[in-house]
Amino acid sequence: MIAAEEIERRIREAMPQAEVKVVDTHGGSDHFAAEVIAPEFSGKTLIERHRMVYATVKDVMGGALHALALSTKTPEERGDS
Amino acid sequence: MSRDVMAEIKEEVDNNKLLIYMKGSKDFPQCGFSMRTVNVLRELGRDFKDVNVLADPEKWQAVKTFSDWPTIPQVYVDGKFVGGCDIVNEMHAKGELAPMVDQAFGE
Repeated sequence: MIAAEEIERRIREAMPQAEVKVVDTHGGSDHFAAEVIAPEFSGKTLIERHRMVYATVKDVMGGALHALALSTKTPEERGDS
Repeated sequence: MSRDVMAEIKEEVDNNKLLIYMKGSKDFPQCGFSMRTVNVLRELGRDFKDVNVLADPEKWQAVKTFSDWPTIPQVYVDGKFVGGCDIVNEMHAKGELAPMVDQAFGE
């Protein structure tokens, strides 16, 4: 189990300019969805962006953290569905 | 002779134009993320290969190492790792996935 705030903290630490919102999707503290809006994503493919975020939770992925759904955008892309 | 599971994965990836490593099978997905990804692949109207990692714990671990990606499902198009559930859905919604797959099938 892990807290949404902890995941947010880790992502912000790795990407200081990011807006981060993490929600618990199943209510069991192990399935989350993260929306990350960061200029650091500019020029990066979706795979690269997701790898950046996954790297922040690498040690807990598969253990305390079962799933982390991701939305990764640059500030310019905000508002794209 | 001991199993070379990484070589098995390499063979699967190279020999299938459209491939998904998933939980459950394409007809009976056993996870919401895998199910949503399979649904997208079905919409493409192409033959695709599914590999159930739940039935093969050794391969489950090896797949994550092979693609250096921590989660299942994982989709490969023409031997190239494309992403998991979020990426596949996002690409499909943007109309980027179908052309990539068409190209893989030689169109």
